[in-house]
Amino acid sequence: MNKRLVFEFIKTIVAIIFALALAFTIIYFVSEDPAYALNRFLVGPTGTMRHFGNVLEMAIPLTFTGLAICVMFQARQFNIGADGGFFIGAVGATFIAITYKLPPGVHTLVAIAFGGLLGGLGSSVPALLKAKWKSSELVSSLMMNHILFLLGLYVINNKLRDPQAGAMASYTFNETANLSKILEGTRLHSGIFIALLMIALTYYFLYRTKWGYALRMTGKSSKFAQYSGISVTSVIIYSQVIGGILAGIGGATEMLGMHNRFQWQLSPGFGWDGIIVAVLARNNPLLIPIAAFFLAYMRIGADLMSRMADVPSEVVSIVQSIMIMLVTAEAFLSHWRHKLIVRDANVIFDAKEVKGNVAKLD
Amino acid sequence: MLQSLIEIIFNTHFGHGVLRVTTPILFAALGALISSRAGIINVSLEGTMLTAALVGVVFSGISQSPWIGLIAAVIAGMIVGLTLVFFSLNLKTDIILAGIALNLMAGGGTIFALFVVSGDRGISSSIRSHVLPMICIPLIQDIPIIGRILSGHNVLTYLSIVAVVIIYYLLYKTPLGIRIRAVGENRHAADSVGISVTKVQYIALIISGALAGFGGAYMSMGHVSWFSTNMTAGRGFIALAANALGMAAPFGVLLTSLLFGFADALSNSLHSLKIPSQFVQMIPFVATILGLLFYSIQQTNKANRIRKEQKA
Repeated sequence: MNKRLVFEFIKTIVAIIFALALAFTIIYFVSEDPAYALNRFLVGPTGTMRHFGNVLEMAIPLTFTGLAICVMFQARQFNIGADGGFFIGAVGATFIAITYKLPPGVHTLVAIAFGGLLGGLGSSVPALLKAKWKSSELVSSLMMNHILFLLGLYVINNKLRDPQAGAMASYTFNETANLSKILEGTRLHSGIFIALLMIALTYYFLYRTKWGYALRMTGKSSKFAQYSGISVTSVIIYSQVIGGILAGIGGATEMLGMHNRFQWQLSPGFGWDGIIVAVLARNNPLLIPIAAFFLAYMRIGADLMSRMADVPSEVVSIVQSIMIMLVTAEAFLSHWRHKLIVRDANVIFDAKEVKGNVAKLD
Repeated sequence: MLQSLIEIIFNTHFGHGVLRVTTPILFAALGALISSRAGIINVSLEGTMLTAALVGVVFSGISQSPWIGLIAAVIAGMIVGLTLVFFSLNLKTDIILAGIALNLMAGGGTIFALFVVSGDRGISSSIRSHVLPMICIPLIQDIPIIGRILSGHNVLTYLSIVAVVIIYYLLYKTPLGIRIRAVGENRHAADSVGISVTKVQYIALIISGALAGFGGAYMSMGHVSWFSTNMTAGRGFIALAANALGMAAPFGVLLTSLLFGFADALSNSLHSLKIPSQFVQMIPFVATILGLLFYSIQQTNKANRIRKEQKA
């Protein structure tokens, strides 16, 4: 068991190295000054407090969407609707933050809870369709992404838009709703504690509760789960609804922590990044923050590279796709793993043989 | 409002528009069809189309010939299909995750490649690309109403209809088609009679990629002469739904693609009515969910009926 984990860990590292090597190659060919571009990409984020703060700020939404995808993928539900959930969650928080006046703290919590509720409602559509009629959650969740995005834009444009603001923007939030900044010189906000809490809750849910066990069993083999009396139908529903709630909470937290009015014209795309975070963390909630930090670091690095050097930041999307494909490739490095298993088996076999011979001598 | 809705729909212009927006969905849906018939879900159609759309514009700009752009786009589609099947069969990557990864790669990769090639961000404004020609069909174009709906389309629109027939012929009248269907029905049975499952799936996915490549080329060279970020806007996934709803049968898929094309055209035409634009834009996506739901309910009922019959 332990060896398998070590193998998985090494495989992930090798996949990352492969993907980064590809990135370096691309940068080398694209850039006029590859050394400088690479330098910005790799060490740029540690340059100033503000940039390192950017990494931490970005790791927060990535943690939420990573957790959302992790719960859904552990149940083998290929719901890719986290992006829509994230967006509508942010819209929900905006609505509460503008329309109501509540005491500080309470206001924030209500807004985030409402965002989570909307995210959960959004992903309940693909969940129910799958549970009741076996509709592909992949297709319906993607359609929900578009629907939730347009719905969110409608609400912002027609109900919450500030006519005084030049561009499309909502009214500013009531200050009681905003998450406080916690680190001088950065925009890092107290949403990080909510993220940590969610990691702990997700871990507890998946590994310490009956529902979490049922969810993981369904993901390993839904037939086996069905025969052992687990209600696969309910797992299909609650895994996706929980995923949607986590994405919604993420969107709400991001909105209240980083902004003071809603100004997104496009989805920031964190829901998609959640997939790479979950894959790198091998769907383990405790590894999600590490993967989120890694991806955020890469993102900020790429961003600095594109601003200061001449390589567009989208190079990261190529890198992360290669990572997803190699990390999840069963056969990647399997030859080496096979050799290891054979060697171990031989060692055990030899030991037995020696014992047998000793026994004979006696 | 109903009055103006009827006026919009019962209009030769609208009929023409339906065929126009159906084309990319139909190509991609045929791509979904051929891969699903070979037992593989091609989730990467969206990314394949997007990649092909960019490659088409770039090569059409370089060569100053839309045809070379088209060929390049189709080859690009084939390469994406090949990548997917390579990861799936040789490296044993989960096919859905590999498909999602390819879509993500296409989403950012096209922006990256566009910038590197032309220095443009978001839209290929500095590439002077060309549009594939329109065709007016003699005789048919003179028939009132029908002529105005059916004639004067892009060459790829007609090709997509021809492709339906070709795919039908391929699947049901050729040895390769029989092998593809055999592998999709039961790969072990196919394997046991000496069909190389891997080879058949490779071929099917390359064809699937090529079809999506045609769809992508149509997006960027059919009516416009530019590529823009994420211009496929979910059509690859709508195609997956069209394929399911059309029961993976060529003519069924033609009908369901037309249905989703209708929703798409409706969304394009309703801007004149006083409905918030966001709801109008939602129509194709809602239609897809409803279509998928309709298909799934039918399938579930069928399965239940068979189970009951078996019990009786």
